Amino acid sequence: MKLSRTHRQPSSNKPADLKRIGTTINGWLETNTFHHSQFSDLRALVEEKQRKGLTLSVCIPTLNEEATIGKEVVVLKSELRDRIPLVDEIAVIDSGSTDNTRDVAAEFGADVYLASDILPEVGAKRGKGENLWKAIHQLKGDIIVYVDADIKNIHPRFVYGLVAPLILREEIHYVKAFYDRPLIFSEGVRPSGGGRVTEILIRPLFSLFFPELTAIIQPLSGEYAVRREVLEKIPFPIGYGVETSHLIDVYDKFGLSAFAQTDLDQRIHRNQPTADLGKMAFGILRAFLSRLRSLEMVRDLPELSMILRQFQARDTRYEQIQFDIREEERPPMIEIPAYRKKMGLD
Amino acid sequence: MQEFNHVKAASPNAPPESSPSPSPHPSLDEFLNCARESREITLGNLVMIGEIPSPTFQEAHRVNEFVHRLIESGVENCSVDNVGNGIGIIAGSTGDQNILLAASADSIHDNDFDHAISVSPDKISGCGISDSLGISVLATLPILLDRLGLKLRSNLILLAAARSAGRGNLEGIRYFLQHARNPIHLGICLKGAPLGRLSYTSLGMLRGDITCKVPPEYDWTRYGAAGAVMTINKIISQIAAIPLPRQPATNIVLGSLEAGTTYDRIARKAVLKFEIRSEDPNQVQQISEDIADIVAETESKSGAEIALDIFARRAPGGIQINHPLVRRSRDILTQLGIPPRIMPSTSETSALIDQNIPSVTLGLTHGESLSDRQETLEITPMFQGIAQLLGLIAAVDGGLAP
Repeated sequence: MKLSRTHRQPSSNKPADLKRIGTTINGWLETNTFHHSQFSDLRALVEEKQRKGLTLSVCIPTLNEEATIGKEVVVLKSELRDRIPLVDEIAVIDSGSTDNTRDVAAEFGADVYLASDILPEVGAKRGKGENLWKAIHQLKGDIIVYVDADIKNIHPRFVYGLVAPLILREEIHYVKAFYDRPLIFSEGVRPSGGGRVTEILIRPLFSLFFPELTAIIQPLSGEYAVRREVLEKIPFPIGYGVETSHLIDVYDKFGLSAFAQTDLDQRIHRNQPTADLGKMAFGILRAFLSRLRSLEMVRDLPELSMILRQFQARDTRYEQIQFDIREEERPPMIEIPAYRKKMGLD
Repeated sequence: MQEFNHVKAASPNAPPESSPSPSPHPSLDEFLNCARESREITLGNLVMIGEIPSPTFQEAHRVNEFVHRLIESGVENCSVDNVGNGIGIIAGSTGDQNILLAASADSIHDNDFDHAISVSPDKISGCGISDSLGISVLATLPILLDRLGLKLRSNLILLAAARSAGRGNLEGIRYFLQHARNPIHLGICLKGAPLGRLSYTSLGMLRGDITCKVPPEYDWTRYGAAGAVMTINKIISQIAAIPLPRQPATNIVLGSLEAGTTYDRIARKAVLKFEIRSEDPNQVQQISEDIADIVAETESKSGAEIALDIFARRAPGGIQINHPLVRRSRDILTQLGIPPRIMPSTSETSALIDQNIPSVTLGLTHGESLSDRQETLEITPMFQGIAQLLGLIAAVDGGLAP
């Protein structure tokens, strides 16, 4: 799908362009970067949400997360539905867990769906992006907030910190989480970065092709909140590239001012081995290059391989391991007839 | 100074005469159902409060969270006092009686430990989670009362007591009791486990450390290369040899021993933490004197510096098993099908007993690996534990006349 390009700014090494980009980034950091503590008055947030007639859905994509899903559902339900009615729906969209993830989530009151049961006429694909995409059809909220299931230190801030900018400022459409900038240490200079894949792959790529997007401190974070009217209009890679593609597509369509980011302090989760990060980087790079092609920012790209080769030593010999990493893509949900019918768009 | 704005003055320690409640209270079954239906609220409070490390003397963050939760639940009279206790008062319709509900806000575990909690359908696990359950249930109580439509005559004072454990020596609840302007008529203290626990007496108790240090000028040729470990071991052997009477029940708890740094270095320091418990205060005193003698003698023979530091004492006391508060507690346990496990206490109840305030300690659920770094509590029995608390509050709301 080719998106209309209305907001992407051309980049070059001309001093005027560099100055303009720098000024834009600084201004955006000033006005669209928040700390979750700015939104801790939840009752005021609920009032504003009700005044604007908004509904909020939490989507937790899962695959074998029985160790952490119970606490996540308990905390979000008790804090943001039972005590303070900020969230209207908490749903788990599961990829087919073979452990007790679905039972545990249902036991504590989440609405649990098997991704393959949603829109069965379009078939089932395996990948986190598939769950995120199908959630648009299944869930009811005007705003959907995606929260990964493996957060060890889950806290209501992971939801209210992300939805608050959308509730309070209509021009913001997409809010990303970033982490690990403790408020009490915010004086002085220190690096504020994403993970290894972000710093080695994503930020250099953004610096080359979409310099304004470098302002998003953790572009790969799995927690973000988005308005339905934006989500339904963007395609969804179902693999590793979903977050990166989202940023490019929303940026291209709405510009940097449509984004915000919220510091959620620390996030404790599983650390991934380097080999797994290699697979992630491969998938992201494929999705990124596909976007460059569809936006006509590069020409004459060869067909991209789907095979990642990694190596391991066995005794005195090295052997290759091949991983078939496909970055399939779902079309914008608004193009799906069942969705159009459900939403009364025809 | 803590003042209950809506509390009518009454003579201290004299429970008011029994009088009819304005409306019949819900049944135990209704309490049980409410506790069951409020599971996520209770567990949510337990996670949000229990994941905040709260070692003794560093409870401020956890207490603030407790008070914040009370305020969020509509409790209007909330505060943190000078020693860091968190207090919330739910005003009764008449305020004839002040019922103190207390649980410790502190934990025996340091900030460094991972306090992340995990939740499964049957169990909840985490560092110090048993200590956290008491104030988490207190934080849930306003919501439970609201859901039940339970309007009490009595004022309920919810206390997250700071500085309870170890060297805290119940400083928080003692401070509260000394500075409360209005009388506390009875107390209910909460512990995480075991369900069925019923404590209405306090043991005499003395708690201390024995610290053994090998000084730099230690004469290795004269005393050998035994170091602090061997010296503290001699002290332990002698303490173990102190004769203890069966009646009155008396024991010595050797709770913790820390010594040395690694395999190949002679330990220069060892610390033994111990507690003496007895129904007879004379026994506690006699044993403490014996230990002081052991320490002095060992120091004179070893060349090490050995210090005995006694920092906490409790006097024995309590109410009788036929006291109306105990009777009603036992009746409720029986109605819920929970066998009472009667045991003496050395925790918050002791401070209330010191002030001649009738009080009991109740357990809220069953648990495993209690006091280990990773404790596990069962979720389903928690509903009975909460129902028992609600039942007892309702049962004593009109007064304690038999």
